[in-house]
Amino acid sequence: MIEIESVTKSYGDVRVLDDVSLTIPTGGITSLVGANGAGKSTLLSVAARLVPADGGRVRVDGMDVATAPGPVLARRLGVLRQENAMSVRLTVRELVAFGRFPHSGGRLTAEDHRLVDEAMAWFELGPLADRHLDQLSGGQRQRAYVAMVMCQGTDHVLLDEPLNNLDMRHAVQMMRMLRGMADELGRTVVLVVHDVNVASCYSDRIVAMREGRLVAEGPTAELMTPELLRKVFDVEVEVHELAGRRIGVPWS
Amino acid sequence: MTAVLTAPQRAARRRRTLVVLAVLTLVVVAAFLTVDVTGSWDYALQQRGRRLAAMAVVAVAVAVSTVLFQTVTDNRILTPEIMGFDRLFVLIQTVGVFTLGAATVTTADPRLRFAVEVVVLIGFGALLYRSLFGRTERDVYVLVLLGVVLGSTFTSLTLLVSRLIDPNEFLTLQDLLFASFNSVDRQMLALSAVLVAVVTAGVWRLLPRLDVVALGRDTAVGLGVEHRRVVNRALLAVAVLVAVATALVGPITFLGLLVANLARQLLGTHRHAWVLPGAALLALLALVGGQLVLEQVFGFNSSLSIVVNFVGGIVFISLLIREPRQ
Repeated sequence: MIEIESVTKSYGDVRVLDDVSLTIPTGGITSLVGANGAGKSTLLSVAARLVPADGGRVRVDGMDVATAPGPVLARRLGVLRQENAMSVRLTVRELVAFGRFPHSGGRLTAEDHRLVDEAMAWFELGPLADRHLDQLSGGQRQRAYVAMVMCQGTDHVLLDEPLNNLDMRHAVQMMRMLRGMADELGRTVVLVVHDVNVASCYSDRIVAMREGRLVAEGPTAELMTPELLRKVFDVEVEVHELAGRRIGVPWS
Repeated sequence: MTAVLTAPQRAARRRRTLVVLAVLTLVVVAAFLTVDVTGSWDYALQQRGRRLAAMAVVAVAVAVSTVLFQTVTDNRILTPEIMGFDRLFVLIQTVGVFTLGAATVTTADPRLRFAVEVVVLIGFGALLYRSLFGRTERDVYVLVLLGVVLGSTFTSLTLLVSRLIDPNEFLTLQDLLFASFNSVDRQMLALSAVLVAVVTAGVWRLLPRLDVVALGRDTAVGLGVEHRRVVNRALLAVAVLVAVATALVGPITFLGLLVANLARQLLGTHRHAWVLPGAALLALLALVGGQLVLEQVFGFNSSLSIVVNFVGGIVFISLLIREPRQ
């Protein structure tokens, strides 16, 4: 469980998070949606202690992320940012193996190797294991990064725009894999998602933000309404039921 | 594009590369110690052994400091020297000669001179890092910018003071400013060796965490590394190592950049446990080889930094041209 209590954050004069309080329950997929600059990524970064909050606090399994020891927290919570350009040259296997660092501190055990292989298999990276990251396509690279976070074996997984760089096929594949992580492995997955329909089709809960504030949160079906989407995105959106899913259509 | 090797094949190749480097270094060292000995072997070995020891100390200090500095600043082009260390050293010497006179500086107890230089350089580094290393990674760039600005300031001050110096004393000063292994004091050498050994041993425990820090701040924090603490410790180590190396033999600007990048390239990894020994061996190879060339080919009519920078520059540029990076 992730408890966010009246978190505020400003960059200079701009208030990017304004008194956000939110509880993300254990299990399932929660998607953060909102327009550009709504504060989704910042909220995710604060929750993952990548960015310090100006006020308020975030607790993961009861631990305050600002004060909990890094290695302890890293066994409970994994995070992937949107930009992951690295100046070092790694193979896929080396990158994924870093996911075991919080557990083994750089000396991999046989169990670690098994988990690395498992994570690579889960994201269909087996044939690419010994390729360098700079020899992969954007989509393959993205899968490798997510595989690293999965390999970390944390109950909570926070991903900022995991569908970045992915074409339709790989986006669907990625969402299925994340769905599997939540359903089969019992992980709590929190995503920042650009496309509200992806959030609608694959997540259990939606958290909607606008201008640094929380607009609404709840089960996906309840939030996929024209009124709420207009409020969040400032644009008229029709919501249609297609094959049991609610799809927003803004192009009218 | 290189062929895809499996992890065990890569590890085997890294080991081979390191062994080849070690053997090459041994050969050059043996040549350095034995070539062209006339007269007493005892005396020759003692003299050359001392120079060799100085080169080993400097090689380790330069290699370790550059690799660490590049890791924590997350780039492959900056070196600690860019932070103005070299130029501060030059300024200290110049001001020393100007205020005390060349005679006083050159005849003063070398240990005292060494101690003053090391303390000033470490103090400078610690002050710079302490006051500037804030919370975010962007601060690294502020730090580097400040280093560059300070470096230019030191150079300008040096120029100003050296114009005021008596021309005869200026010649003495120039001798002090070229990296030289010919006149290293035995006690200074021992002290430097101990300092470098202690710092390197302390750094060794940080290596797995530094491997993670090299992935970038966010990834490192996500993997539970106390990023700021590791970076601060690494920078302190860098300050001490650079100060010791510079005070011991003078400025060797280019060597670190060369060996750190060559080691990564040859070993095909960024893992510090591989890169540090590789870079140190390369540095020793370059210094001893350079000194050998200097003594045998040029008959001491040149300076080691010129030889190292000339050969190093060519190797480095050819590396850049051969392997274009996207």
